[in-house]
Formats: sequence, C-alpha cells, structure tokens
Amino acid sequence: MNIHEYQAKGILAAFNVPVARGAVAFSPEEAVAAAQSLDGPVWVVKAQIHAGGRGKGRFKETDAGGGGGVRIVKSIEAVGENAAQMLGKILVTHQTGPEGKTVKRIYVEQGSGIARELYLSCLVDRASSRVAFICSTEGGMDIETVAAETPEKILTLTIDPATGYMPHHGRSIAFALGLSGDQVKQCVRLIGNLYRAMLAKDMSLLEINPLVVTDAGDLLVLDAKVNFDSNALYRHPDVQELRDLDEEDPTEVQASEYDLNYIKLDGDIGCMVNGAGLAMATMDIIKLYGSEPANFLDVGGGASKEQVMNAFKILLSDPKVEGILVNIFGGIMRCDIIAEGIVAAAREMAIEAPLVVRLEGTNVELGKKILAESGLAIIPADNLADAAEKIVAQVKGGA
Amino acid sequence: MIVRGDERMLVQGITGRQGTFWTERMQAYGSCIVAGVNPKRAGETHCGVPVYASARDAAAQGDIDVSVLFIPPLAVRDAALDAIEAGVKKLVILTEHIPVQDVMYFLSAARASGTRVLGPNTAGLVTPGECFAGFMPAFSESIFRPGDIGVISRSGSLGTLICLNLVQAGHGESAFIGIGGDPIIGTTTRDALEALDADERTRAVVMVGEIGGAMEEDAAEYAAGMSKPVVAFIAGRASPPGKKMGHAGAIVMGDQGTYASKRDALERAGVRVLDTPSDVGGAISELV
Repeated sequence: MNIHEYQAKGILAAFNVPVARGAVAFSPEEAVAAAQSLDGPVWVVKAQIHAGGRGKGRFKETDAGGGGGVRIVKSIEAVGENAAQMLGKILVTHQTGPEGKTVKRIYVEQGSGIARELYLSCLVDRASSRVAFICSTEGGMDIETVAAETPEKILTLTIDPATGYMPHHGRSIAFALGLSGDQVKQCVRLIGNLYRAMLAKDMSLLEINPLVVTDAGDLLVLDAKVNFDSNALYRHPDVQELRDLDEEDPTEVQASEYDLNYIKLDGDIGCMVNGAGLAMATMDIIKLYGSEPANFLDVGGGASKEQVMNAFKILLSDPKVEGILVNIFGGIMRCDIIAEGIVAAAREMAIEAPLVVRLEGTNVELGKKILAESGLAIIPADNLADAAEKIVAQVKGGA
Repeated sequence: MIVRGDERMLVQGITGRQGTFWTERMQAYGSCIVAGVNPKRAGETHCGVPVYASARDAAAQGDIDVSVLFIPPLAVRDAALDAIEAGVKKLVILTEHIPVQDVMYFLSAARASGTRVLGPNTAGLVTPGECFAGFMPAFSESIFRPGDIGVISRSGSLGTLICLNLVQAGHGESAFIGIGGDPIIGTTTRDALEALDADERTRAVVMVGEIGGAMEEDAAEYAAGMSKPVVAFIAGRASPPGKKMGHAGAIVMGDQGTYASKRDALERAGVRVLDTPSDVGGAISELV
C-alpha cells in the first residue's frame, strides 16, 4: 500500500526523523492558512499524488500555470494562487503514465536552504533476505540511473534482523555520503530511527530522495516515499486509515472486495485463470498469438459459481473486453464442479462476448460434457495454446 | 530440497480443516507423518498420530526431519521458530500473505541453525511414488509419475501444468520442488537446482520461473556448469512493470526482474527457454 508524501513525513516525524514543517490542504484557502502557520520567507507547494517525478512533471491543463507539481514561492498569496492552479488538475510524470493523475491534495511546506542533495533508501532486499539501506551522493536523481551510470557512487548495506541496527551501519553510510563532524552523529541517529520506523510500521520501502544538508549544515528529509507490506496491514490500523482510494483503480478495488486478484491492462481479451503463475502464462500466450490481454485475474483455488460470477462482472466492466478466455487447471478441484459454475454464471449474466473455456484436471471429461450440453455458445479448448488460438481468432474475426 | 518417503514428518496445524484434509492425503500417498501440533489439543490423537502442544514436545519423542506448516499468516513466525528450536531439519511453509519482516526474521534464525526452509507461499513438494508435503495433487497419475525429470517452480498452478505436460509426453518426475511465489523465500531456484543436480535419480531439470527478483539469473550461473540438461519456462512476458502479478514476488521494478533479463541469462548459460508450457514435453524428449 502506498501513501502520500505528507503522510509519510508525519510517520517519520513520530520517529524523530528531521522533516520540514508543513501542512496538507484540500483547497486554496486551506493552503493559504497552512502557509500562514509556517515561517517564511519561502514556501514549497507540492502536489500530492501516488507517483514520483512530480517536480519534473507537467500538467495537462493550460491554466495550471507553467510549473510542475512542486513549486517554490516567495509569498503567501503565491501559495494560494499555485494551489488553485494545481488542485483538480491532471499531473503527468514519468511514473503516472500518459493519462496522469488528478491532484486532490496539496502539501505546503516551509522552504529550506539546500547545500547538498543526497539519496537514501531502505528496502526489503530479495537477494540477502534482509532490510537493506542504499545511499548515494547523487541526490534528486533516479537511483536506477545512478546504478546504471555510476555504480561506484552507491553503497548498499544490509542489516541482520537477528542483531539489528548498530551505529557502525550509520557511520558507514555517513562516510559514504561525505558527511563530517556533527552530521555523522545526525546520520547515525537518522539511520537508526529509519530502521526502527521500517520495522515498527512494516514498511516495504522507505525512499528519501533527496535527503539534504541544509545551509545550516543539518540533515533534513526533503521528500519521502513509503510503501507498506500489505500482508502486515492487519497489525497497523493507523496505517490502514491512510489509504487513499482515489489513487487506486476502482475495478481493482472492487475485485479485492470479491477476494479476486485482478490487474487491469490495455488489451481486449479478458482472462480468468486459477493460480498466479498460470494467469501470467495465459496472458503471455495470448500475446504470443498476436493479441493483448485485457487483464490479469486469479480466481484462486475455489472457483465456485459465485466467484466465477464475480470474476465475469469484473472482466465485463472493462468496455475494451471483446472476448473471454477461461483457463482452469483443476489439479485439486473437480472440473465438473467448475464447469457447472461457469455455465451457471454465463447463463445468469447472459454473456454475449465469445467465451473460450479450457479445463484440465480431475473429471475433465465430465466437465467438458457439461459445457457442451449447456446450450450456451461456449467454445471448448484442449490445451492452453489451443485456447489462446481460438479466442484470438474469435476476437480478430469479429472485429 | 527433496523429501524421501522414510523422512519423519510433523504437521503443525494438523487439526485444522486444511491440515486434516491434506494430512490424510499425504498419509494415503506414503508420507511418513509421525505427529502433529496444536497447543490446545495436546494429548489427543488426530489422523492416527499423537498431537503435541509444540514442535519441541513432538521432537522430544523422536527426531523430526520435516515439518509441514498449515498455519495462518500471523502465527507462522512463532510456529517456524518453534520448529527451528526443536531441531527440525526441513520446514515446508505453505502459507501465503505472511508479513515479509516475519519471513526475514525466521529465515535468519533458520540460517543460523542450519535449518532448511521451503517457501513461504508454496504448494509444497512431491517425490512421485514416495511421498509429498503440502497441498499438491500428487495422487493424480496424469500429473505425477515416478521418473527422472526434476521440476522446480515458483508457481504451484504452473508447475503442476508443466508436470501434466511431461507425463502426457511419456515422462515422469524424480522430484517436484515448489519453491514459492514470495519475494523472500528460504530455498531459491539455485538451491533447488543444486539439489536436483546432486540427485542421482534426476537426469534433466525443468525450471519454471517468473518475472521479479534475480533468482533465475542466479540459477543460470549454476546451470552453466551443469552436465544435466536444463530447460526453462518463464511466466510474465506480457506483464507490465511495477505491478504485483498475484504472487507478491512477481513484480518488475525499474529494470530489475524483467523477462528479457532472465531469458537472456538462461540462454547464455545454455538453458533452452520455452515459449509456452506446452513445449516442455517435446523439449525434454529431445534431450533425454
């Protein structure tokens, strides 16, 4: 689960991490009030969307002013003007895709004088099965770019979960970042506090880009991105409250309420599959036969009539879908029961789009018989390749 | 990790609905289940074996080689540490949706004590004709038949399909190792490949990978030096970056974990990468 920058900073501040003072605003008036509560003479007005690259992003609308999603202003009036220009407008960054995201919240922050910009992140490292810190002197840049062009400027350090964080970790990072004197002490505290926050809140990613050294020589978190481990949300009701459904695909939200694993894509062939690996392979083979999948959908192990109906509802809510491929491999499940579920759901929902069904597993012959005798225009398929070929032919032939 | 029919197995969570259902099937297939754990039902007999309050109590009655965990996500850390402290040699952790911090914590303890862990988020493993651990359709003869092909899979559903295709082409399996779909797992693709390389019964290996992480690239390094042939199928070629494709571990981040990277590394190591799961039977027939 993702949260907004201002929420991430709120959590970090509670762990004694130095962040600039700021306040969130949902209207230009609130933005002005927020600016009045902060010290000047410089304020930063920041669009809050769940995507990076906001500073370099551009608004779709011409009346959103000339700037990107992060603007530095020198008067309280300008805070209000810029908030008014951004709110309700669509911001496009390299992470939003061309459709962009509507800005519904603004964060107004006290401006800071910046001497140096650094990069710092903390994440779940798959290779070492540990929490890792990654730091670089190249603040403000994408870490992928730095890794590709100047990998020697990156330090990666992993923490053993059994022994935890030690000051030597923080010192190593401080030296790699070229910090000295009191900044080293600040860095040791900062890394320890970030590690504590990461564990205490079950974060899967904590990225600070940039971490800055201010004119006064102090470390300050200028931007923060936090992702949470969705498997651990049950133990963090406070974090659950930060979820912003406006930032999520409504169909994916609906699917998760049905306990279906659904991801919307851009193609025209809807897929319903049991098992994540098989669902990916089904999408791959649709593409191999020259079409594009409309979605990823894992119905899970049960595939009852209710689940199949819910899955059809989700698939058909996408207007692009022109055909459906159902691929169920019942190693454990019985194909006759699945076939009955598909027939009942297809009949009740009067599905008009071409429907190719491939069943495999226990009682497969009985399952195929139920499909064939249903009186519905269900096209049976013998294997995955056959199924993909048939649905692609149906959709292309009909177009 | 390969499990043999004579290894002594414990089932943690044996009295639950899933635990009971699969314990009965594992026993019928030949798995040597010697005891179960449920802290509230200690002293009872369930599925014909004694139930203990902890893995430690069970191990006090005789060494445990393998423990299979049918345990809900929030309780896995405790159950796994109980088994590790009890001296169990191999853990099979089936549970999906375990918080990743919990996984890192018990894997660290397992490493320190030399315990091997399969999973989490796996359907388990099958040694056809001998035993299985987990919720695999081992008893389906159209899918699992004793043979000489080792299968490694991050996905239960796709791995099972590969096994079906192998049997349809007249082959059988020496071992099926479901390593799990989570981003952090105890037995990696490379670990499983090393186990099958060392296994006398295995003549060739099918590796079923998917996008996300670098396990296939890492395994490719090992495969390059193997004399046994390896073929692979990698799922997720058509998946977009930045999205978790059902499995928590199946996500491309930046340029990390892409299909192209995995295919390239495997092909450079001399591994034949298949375009569809249906190609596996023919490919293996050509090699063995």
